[in-house]
Amino acid sequence: MNLRHDRAAFVLSFVVPIVFFSIFAAIFGGAGRSTTRKITVAVVDEDQSDNSRRFVEALRAEGGLAVVTAPEIKSGKAAPFTAATAEAAVRAGDFPAALVIPKGFGAIPIRFGPEGQHPRLTLLSDPSDPVAPHVLGGLVQKVAMTAMPESMARGGMDEIDRWSGGLTPQQRARMEEVLAQIRQQRSIPSSAGSRASGGNSGSGLVDVDQRAVLGQKKKNPMIAFYAAGIGVMFLLFSAAGAGGALIEEAESGTLDRILSTRVSMTKLLAGKLVYLAWLAATQLLVMFVWGSMVFGLEMRGHWGGFLIMTVATALAASTFGLLLAAVSRSRMQLVALSNLSILAMSAVGGSMFPRFLMPEVIQKIGLVTINAWAIDGFQKVFWREEPISHLAPQVAVLIGVAILLFAAARRVARRWEAT
Amino acid sequence: MAEPLPLEVRDVVKSFGSRRALEGVTLDVRAGEILGLLGPNGAGKTTVVRSVVGRAQPESGSLRVFGQAPIHPTAIDSRGWVPQEIALYSLLTPRENLWTFGRYQGLVAAALEAAIDRSLEWAGLADRAKDRTSNLSGGMKRRLNMAAGTIHRPRLLLLDEPTVGVDPQSRERIYAMIGELKAQGVSLLYTTHYMEEAERLCDRIAIIDHGQIIASGTREELVHSTLGNRETITIDADAPVGPALREKLTRLGATVDGTAVRTLAEDPPRMIRELLEAFHAEKTPIRDLTLKRGSLEEVFLSLTGRDLRE
Repeated sequence: MNLRHDRAAFVLSFVVPIVFFSIFAAIFGGAGRSTTRKITVAVVDEDQSDNSRRFVEALRAEGGLAVVTAPEIKSGKAAPFTAATAEAAVRAGDFPAALVIPKGFGAIPIRFGPEGQHPRLTLLSDPSDPVAPHVLGGLVQKVAMTAMPESMARGGMDEIDRWSGGLTPQQRARMEEVLAQIRQQRSIPSSAGSRASGGNSGSGLVDVDQRAVLGQKKKNPMIAFYAAGIGVMFLLFSAAGAGGALIEEAESGTLDRILSTRVSMTKLLAGKLVYLAWLAATQLLVMFVWGSMVFGLEMRGHWGGFLIMTVATALAASTFGLLLAAVSRSRMQLVALSNLSILAMSAVGGSMFPRFLMPEVIQKIGLVTINAWAIDGFQKVFWREEPISHLAPQVAVLIGVAILLFAAARRVARRWEAT
Repeated sequence: MAEPLPLEVRDVVKSFGSRRALEGVTLDVRAGEILGLLGPNGAGKTTVVRSVVGRAQPESGSLRVFGQAPIHPTAIDSRGWVPQEIALYSLLTPRENLWTFGRYQGLVAAALEAAIDRSLEWAGLADRAKDRTSNLSGGMKRRLNMAAGTIHRPRLLLLDEPTVGVDPQSRERIYAMIGELKAQGVSLLYTTHYMEEAERLCDRIAIIDHGQIIASGTREELVHSTLGNRETITIDADAPVGPALREKLTRLGATVDGTAVRTLAEDPPRMIRELLEAFHAEKTPIRDLTLKRGSLEEVFLSLTGRDLRE
């Protein structure tokens, strides 16, 4: 009955499930399509041979990959990645994986025998994305087949030569003719070659060493992600719930009473914010300490970054709760509104599953959520073990969001001031 | 220079949407007095109070608390407000409630603790200080509501219908609390729609109706200016008043409502005799007859044509 008189709450109770369903459909519904998620990889060509360049071009032509060979800068052209800078970029979370093509790769790129002495590719990976290195590894093998046919043929010929007791001069001349023909066919664009051999991915033609660039020593590498993801989501819920005290105060008349004293609305909201942020920070602390005690999350050496991220996240989540409470006209409205907004934010912001598994569009949308920035920051602290100064973007965004949301809450709360 | 009045309200006009709540209200509360603001529900009493405490903004007119605007820090510190609703934190104990409102009023440390103890004592809640407020009786909550509004020892107190829904025994305790405040020299604006309360507690009374002060003064002044020397005679007939008797009574200036007959008389003995003769002539028995000197009820009826209880 109450719900019928509270129209906003009534409408929201229908809207929440529809919106939430739509978000999940958008995230998972398109997950099978190749267009949904492109894996961005850094590729380092130390060889700079014809073969290696063709190899890189062929990788570039793969629809599932976005190949980056030099860091992005605003003006001018940056120097190409080196093995070290590519590794740093993966470590920093800019790429889920990087491929290093070593010197001499172009000369003998393909292995035919068990003891082939040739340079090995290095695949650097960030284990927090379990999919990207596998996709990249598979495509490397596929591209090796399609981009360098004459290398493959020559490799095969050399192996036959070695294991068959030696080719006759006639056989060798015939082989060279075939190789010349293959070279001529190189004029065909590499993407066409890639298409022609689609599905024939093969494996083991190119030797690839895969190496995780971070997290090797961690007992439970994903625990920081889950602690941050789930932590932020519940922080938002509890901030919204605690912010609801404002609605109760308005209904009971205590708000009137408070505002008749020297306490202004700004002071009152600031006081509520301090309380909510304290509550939120304590919740995160308890969650991470629990994670360290039960799941082996390493707090040692991470306290500084953890505390900075905790304060920034707590402030952003608390102001969000305050704004929701200020906007809502009743507890019921608040519950419906917070369910809608927090579940949606948590879904696209990466609290429920990692953002890198989502389609690119959703990943971009996720950047408007508190969850995404908070999780990124905590990942930097616990997973990437980056220095505190690297938290600047996350902290700046979260604090900026907190300031904006507080200003919005203050503005909305004008309705409680003297009428 | 004379000290400014605790409260001066001049020509205050306030509307809520298209509805006019106050139509130019003017009143004063003098030092140490209790001014009763008497009127029916919806007359504008609460709007006057909310304007004084800065929770309603009048469109025109002026309000001064000890010579200052309602939002001036001096005005804020020197006034207290006990709202009509029980505006307390029901999950907190009385002591915690008083602590909270004391902090909002700027009290700290020992001064706050002393104020809490004094307020609990004054409200007769010292032995319930640690109970949950939601578990207190209605009367206790009302007293705690008063204590929360006076914890900072205001010199002007605005009491908005503090006895609504309170049993007679609790009401007496509230009257005693108000008496103590008056004895301490606190000036009070007391809104009520109970005439008995206004008559009993207030030094002066302002009658408000439809957002206007229609009369003000001491009880005697109001009665005299409105009713003169007339006194109220009421008769309760033991049988329905027939048409013939009704006609006779109306001719004598009385109003008839069912079995109740009422009139104001300059010369009560003569009027009583004439009324009784009329009843006797029409053979209608009488159950009860009262003669009352001018009451506020009569004043209100005379001024508005309506009963205050309606």
